[in-house]
Amino acid sequence: MRLAVREALLAFRRAPMLSALSITTIAFSLFAFGLFGLVALNIRNALRTVEDRVEIRAFIADGTGSEATAAALGDIGAFPEAASVRLVSQAQALDRARLELGEFSDVFEEGILPASIELRLKPGFRDPATVRAVAKRIEVYDFVDDIRFGEEWVEKLHRLRNIATLAGVALGLTFATVAIIIIGSTIRMAVMARSREISIMRLVGATNGFIRAPFLIEGFLKGTLGGVLALVLAWVALGIINRFVVQAAFFDPWMGAVGVLAGACIGLAGSALSVGRHLQKV
Amino acid sequence: MIRFSHVHKSFARTGAALQDVSFQLNKGEFVFITGPSGAGKSTILKLCFFEEMPSKGEVKVYGTSSATYRPGDVPKLRRRLGVVFQDFRLLEDRNVESNIAFALEVTGTPPAQIGPRVARLLAQVGLAAKATSLPRELSGGEQQRVAIARALANDPVALIADEPTGNLDERATRGIYQLFRDINASGTAVLMATHDLDLVRRSGCRTIEVNRGQVVFDSAADGGFRASGASAAVEDDA
Repeated sequence: MRLAVREALLAFRRAPMLSALSITTIAFSLFAFGLFGLVALNIRNALRTVEDRVEIRAFIADGTGSEATAAALGDIGAFPEAASVRLVSQAQALDRARLELGEFSDVFEEGILPASIELRLKPGFRDPATVRAVAKRIEVYDFVDDIRFGEEWVEKLHRLRNIATLAGVALGLTFATVAIIIIGSTIRMAVMARSREISIMRLVGATNGFIRAPFLIEGFLKGTLGGVLALVLAWVALGIINRFVVQAAFFDPWMGAVGVLAGACIGLAGSALSVGRHLQKV
Repeated sequence: MIRFSHVHKSFARTGAALQDVSFQLNKGEFVFITGPSGAGKSTILKLCFFEEMPSKGEVKVYGTSSATYRPGDVPKLRRRLGVVFQDFRLLEDRNVESNIAFALEVTGTPPAQIGPRVARLLAQVGLAAKATSLPRELSGGEQQRVAIARALANDPVALIADEPTGNLDERATRGIYQLFRDINASGTAVLMATHDLDLVRRSGCRTIEVNRGQVVFDSAADGGFRASGASAAVEDDA
């Protein structure tokens, strides 16, 4: 094992340009994938923020007793889909309207706006069908005059989310495939550059496992270094975007770690495949 | 030690390379394989260290049979043989001692034993002063000596040499040939393919002539040349 590690490290020293080229290629392939990941992450965050605003508003008829609304609040709050439920009194509704529509504040007179029950739904229950079903369940209360949940808007949002997910998966797979092909080719080139060494190793009686070990270590190291470099590039790119374009979020630490690990795994797998094929030939 | 029994070898592109080749290399023997280019000499040698496998027939090398071997047997078999080529096949980015040490490292020789063993091998091939030279800094004959030292690293029972003097001038050829004779005299069998008929005639060693993939002459079987071996080599040296 010690010899395999030494040989792997020596390979960097013996062919520094080729090693640097491999690491850079891996880094840029993963960087392209990482940029896409950042875009996908920020779109997802934006959609989640918008989704958080999905709510059902049930307007309460004038003259409804407070016991009835309190009981309904309890019932609705116990719905499995309910994230939060609250009662907005007529006065609160008026205050809110005046605040939101400042220039028309004098238009609103007291008692013009009805009280309402506002229900926010848990993530996973914000699709149009569920929202509609919950709204129907609330509608059965006698005191409910009208119910609103922006049906059209919820449907559009849901469609947008589906499109974003599908596009994300398709583009993600494409980027990942391209990255794997490029990285695989780069590693294959590095292995082929050492085909003479491999043939000599075989000639003097080295086992396939012995021959493979330094290449696997080398591939793992190149993949890891490429992954770290890609992460640094993505971080720099995000800094530029944050400064000049729009505020965007970066990967969580665990996502970054997964990215580096992916680089390491691609390096390892690329090396294993290339050496394996090569060992069958020489 | 090495036995070919009715060996046929065909390649998909070029067709039959060997047809019904049978011979045996005995312990301590020095055998030349001669014949024109494309006759099948290199194929015979490749079959010896299982780089190629027979299409028909059997090659048996030190107990390992081409008919029954497992992939794991091949590295073990190659450690019992030393192989030398016309083009030396040295690692250009490593110096002489690293090239030899490499052969010991890959076979798991304890690190403490590698240095002294390399020094002994370099002394044996007359290159003790060139240990830190790179292959490109050496003459052809010296590079071939390094290749021979590497081939001897794991104490092989036989040396397989494919035109080892093909790239060398006459003086270097004589030196390399003498080195092979010395190695043979110490008990290692040698199977050498060569074009150099003068060398073959002067040696008096057993000769197998191959033509169009067939053995057309074997001095041991036909009595054409004196049956050779380690004793013959020693006699000639004297």
